[in-house]
Amino acid sequence: MVEHADIRVVHRGGSKINFRAPVISDDSRLLLCASGECVKVYSTSTEECVHHLRAHTDVVTGVVLRPSNHLQVYSCSMDGTIRLWDFTDAILIKMFHLVAVHLQQSTEQLVEARELSVVISHVSSNPAAIAFGRAGEYLASTKGLQLEVFFLKKQKSNRFSLKEENKKGRKNTFSCVTCHPTDDCIATGHEDGQIRLWRNFSHKKEYTYSTLHWHHTTVGSLCFTPEGTNLLSGGVESVLVQWRYNQDTQRDFLPRLGAAITHVTVSPDGTLFTTTHSDNKITIIRSGAKVSAVIQGLVKGESIETDLLIDPRSKALVMNGKPGHLQFYSLQRDKLMYNLDIVQQEYIYQSDLQQFEVVKAAFNSSGNWLATVEREQKDAELELNLKLWAFDDQTQSFVLNTTISAPHENRITALCFSPATDSQTTTVLVSSSKDGHFKAWQLAAHTEDEGPCWSCDFVGAYHGLVPSCCCFSADGSLLAVSFQEVVTVWSSASWELLTTLSQPPGDIRDLCFGQLSCSKYLLGTSTSNLLLCWNLLTCSLEWSTSMDISLLLADPLSENMAAFSSFSSLLSVFVFKPSEPRPIFSQKAVCSGKVMRAVFAPREEMLESCEESSQWLNRCQLYFLSQHMVNSSAAGSAQPNALIGSHQSLVAMTPFHLLLGKRPSLLQTPAHVLPSTSYLCSMFVRSLLISVTDNRSVTQYSYSTNTHSSAFTGFILHGSQNCPFVVNLFSGAERCLRKL
Amino acid sequence: MASFKPTKIHVYPKLGEKVTQDTLYWKNYKAPIQIKQFGAVSNVAFSPVAPYNFAVTAFTRIHIYGPFSQEPIKSFTRFKDTAYSGRFRSDGQLLVAGCEDSVVRLFDVGGKTALRMFKGHTKAVHLTDFTSDRYQIVTGSDDYSCRLWDIPNATELNTYREHTDYIRCGVTSKLNRDLFITGSYDHTVKLFDVRTDKSVMTMDHEQPVESLLLYPSEGLLVSAGGRFVKVWDLLKQGQPLVSLRNHHKTVTCLCLSKNGERLLSASLDRHVKVYNTTNYKVVHNFDYPASILSLALAPYDESIVVGMTNSVLSIKHKKSPSESKDSTSQQRRRPSYRMFVKGKNYIPKQDDFLVGKQVKEHLAKHDKQLKKFNVSKALDTALEPEVTVAVIKELNRRGTLKNALAGRDEQELSRILNFLIGNLVDARFTLVLVTPAEMILDIYRSIIGQSPVIDRQLLRLHELLERELDYQRELLEVLGMLDTLFASSLPRNKTQTF
Repeated sequence: MVEHADIRVVHRGGSKINFRAPVISDDSRLLLCASGECVKVYSTSTEECVHHLRAHTDVVTGVVLRPSNHLQVYSCSMDGTIRLWDFTDAILIKMFHLVAVHLQQSTEQLVEARELSVVISHVSSNPAAIAFGRAGEYLASTKGLQLEVFFLKKQKSNRFSLKEENKKGRKNTFSCVTCHPTDDCIATGHEDGQIRLWRNFSHKKEYTYSTLHWHHTTVGSLCFTPEGTNLLSGGVESVLVQWRYNQDTQRDFLPRLGAAITHVTVSPDGTLFTTTHSDNKITIIRSGAKVSAVIQGLVKGESIETDLLIDPRSKALVMNGKPGHLQFYSLQRDKLMYNLDIVQQEYIYQSDLQQFEVVKAAFNSSGNWLATVEREQKDAELELNLKLWAFDDQTQSFVLNTTISAPHENRITALCFSPATDSQTTTVLVSSSKDGHFKAWQLAAHTEDEGPCWSCDFVGAYHGLVPSCCCFSADGSLLAVSFQEVVTVWSSASWELLTTLSQPPGDIRDLCFGQLSCSKYLLGTSTSNLLLCWNLLTCSLEWSTSMDISLLLADPLSENMAAFSSFSSLLSVFVFKPSEPRPIFSQKAVCSGKVMRAVFAPREEMLESCEESSQWLNRCQLYFLSQHMVNSSAAGSAQPNALIGSHQSLVAMTPFHLLLGKRPSLLQTPAHVLPSTSYLCSMFVRSLLISVTDNRSVTQYSYSTNTHSSAFTGFILHGSQNCPFVVNLFSGAERCLRKL
Repeated sequence: MASFKPTKIHVYPKLGEKVTQDTLYWKNYKAPIQIKQFGAVSNVAFSPVAPYNFAVTAFTRIHIYGPFSQEPIKSFTRFKDTAYSGRFRSDGQLLVAGCEDSVVRLFDVGGKTALRMFKGHTKAVHLTDFTSDRYQIVTGSDDYSCRLWDIPNATELNTYREHTDYIRCGVTSKLNRDLFITGSYDHTVKLFDVRTDKSVMTMDHEQPVESLLLYPSEGLLVSAGGRFVKVWDLLKQGQPLVSLRNHHKTVTCLCLSKNGERLLSASLDRHVKVYNTTNYKVVHNFDYPASILSLALAPYDESIVVGMTNSVLSIKHKKSPSESKDSTSQQRRRPSYRMFVKGKNYIPKQDDFLVGKQVKEHLAKHDKQLKKFNVSKALDTALEPEVTVAVIKELNRRGTLKNALAGRDEQELSRILNFLIGNLVDARFTLVLVTPAEMILDIYRSIIGQSPVIDRQLLRLHELLERELDYQRELLEVLGMLDTLFASSLPRNKTQTF
């Protein structure tokens, strides 16, 4: 297999922005948040992304303002580095390499003991479980049922434990902690929705706490305003609760913020609140009452049940995101354009409550019509709605035209529009379902006073078998529906069964027609690991090959087809023409993990590439959604990657290139923001050596609000693996790190 | 902060007929006035002159009613036996009526006793009418003959014995004084010309003819008999044009609406059907409580008068234009005109920024309660069945339906039960309402027997469900029968084999 140096997989965005709490600049004009491998700087008033701070090679795990200079920010990452940035101009100022240490190895390290000290062991990996107290005097940490307060001056710690369940059977486990900025008070959130305010905790015995209760499940985040007059709390109810400090009965609510609140932060001057939500959204709330801006990233639902679609009008990527919504995501700008409310129901959070989910969606070729299927599975009852949306030129959005409740008796397996060859022919929608039928829906005018709406035109079945996928030929004259191992071909003009194609054994999994000059070919994959190609002129099998294809898709603008094969857990991609036996392009080990969904997205302007192997990317880019880095986050985040032809890589195939190829970040970063070559060289050489200690990484650091004479006072570091620990670095930390 | 999304109220398909111009027109009548007569109302005839009184022939009397009075203006009671076919002359001055005792009587509308008595028929006379020259009367009788009489002399001018059965209906030409048409139980309709002494045209209706009607142009003739209404073209020698079979019992009466655009037929099956006279499609249908014997439409369709076998006369008056509009909205005092035109003629400059008024969103009552999570109250505040069903659906989605139904006192529970009794078997709502019904039975099982009101309602619900089950079973049986019929009627080897 030839290695293609000029085609590679690039991560194109859609990273989480809700991974860590965002940071607001001192003047409340900019908001910084960790997003994948970079730090994004947003304007709080326009919601636009102003800068990307790019240099980290792994997931950024924390962002914090430099207390001594409010125009600089520190970021830390899983790659084991801390970087200092000027965020107004997006310039990397300094980089520190942190080498995390095992406790048992600490004696062997070149670390001066006076500068590193362990203050609290047994720390939760959740950054919300640690907080600095008033002016950095103490440090509060919670894990499980224990609250530990460490007094930095006295160098001693107090531990308070709660019983596992109180009298009413509520769970007392801590979920988050925050400290009052001016008062000796620690607020802790609990899994049963209670908030406890701890006072007098410098004494081991005579401590007291009071309880605030409004949340009905886990308190997700707590935050005091800078003056300490208000306490903000949020949880899965997606309501921001504002408690008056010392007036426990008074509270204000800001309801219906959209999704569960994971972080609440306040700007340093107290004018802005931000809430981060589980649907990858940051809401900016001005003066405590009004939502002023929403920064929305790509929403990742639990599963992408609708396929990846391209809106023919806006060329946006469309998939399901928030519960009951379809999201339109601009691939060029890496920005969510808008959410289309499909279900149009009030979203109620409740555990084990079944919500309506958008499970299928389809556009017709001109983008005038959108068909969606929503499903609610309650016990044995299944509720299905098929909705058809017409594009309204005036409002530039989709308007509901027809709702068909219970279009089928069982789940809908596939949904497709017939391609309209000219504007006169009415487009037909075909839906196939597990109830053994496929139905054709047609736009028809019913009455004079109402506009046209959709109605059922034809119901087809084949020997009671279950249809799995359906597909129209390029000119719309033929409809192929696969019924288990049989493919049936129907005439879309008369709904007559024209022919059946079968290739036992194994059910058909994917089906698609060739495009343009290859439109006589019908391709399918089967569960018995076969890729099949039928010629519809002779109604016979043209060729077949044994291959475990997980995904097959056709480029709408050329004859090319792409197939993803997950052979021996390594993912490879093949691009071929149905008429030619030789693949145009193939690459092994594209990425780790399974490719969930993929789509060809047309380019804005055609590329002029002469190289044969990359010609197939001239018109389109191939985007795919992988189960990217499944191990790193339990949420199972799926991120869209793109396979694009990059013409910047002029590097010859040398060993040096191979080495550099592994570290694309070095080449991607503009030269003027990189550190000096001499510095880079040593790092580069070091990276080639096999490091024994590099298996640790920094996940989070935080700082105390008081400023000492030196640049910064402390980092809390803890490893991501089984034995977390806290290292406290004092003033000489920078020097120490450089030495390392 | 997103706004609260109101509960989506499902639009159910409307049952019943579609609303057309015709339905609007024919529905635009007030509730019927019903007047009890002494016997079956055999004939209703309108006077051709204003104020368009009408003569109602019922049993041994003929009453004349004014357009709005419910009491007869005038009554003719000097009949020895059942009277038939009281009709006005074209000037509205004279009225002629036949009788079971074979005597034809002529009345002055102003007087009381008969002006003339025409004796000559030997059996009951069912058909009497004036010719268009106003001096002659045509009568038809059960003695198979029809006769022409001269009014001034009270003499018989001619006798036609061409029919072979009872003559029960007939019509005289309004344009030609020499022509009249009779319909008989011998299934024929005959056109007579006084100048020739015999019929000039015969049409075969194939059923005993009950009623005849001439179009105002007199080119078309409509005959009714049996279940059929037939239209004949007189200018083409009585060629049949259309045969309508929309009734399932004998059609007894025919009539035309004001401009001849609609034809009305009344039948013993208690319906009046309205046809479009261009395509002869039924455009509207009236239901009456009993078999209809007579029907008449006032000029300009001002009222519909129907006489029935149960001796009830039903009069429907047209709504006056002010009434047909919504008269309920009372005029409130409004701010002065100047208030509204204030600033209207101001032309905004190019760089003016228009500040729109913020539209306040109003939530329905049940949505307000749902917003506050008051589930029980939300259910109670939803009034219409569609809304209640939507709220029940929403509560079920939220998983709080049980909470909303539980903890009710007798009154609140009986309201819910009443709603269930009323709507549970409505096919549009059944799927949704079965769940709350089951829940109510589960929740309140323990209190059965404590309240007579609730017990009675539960029993009613039980009865209702049993009846519905029987009904469904019967429907399935019918469906099965139909399936076998259809299966046997289909040609055999049409099904393709793959």
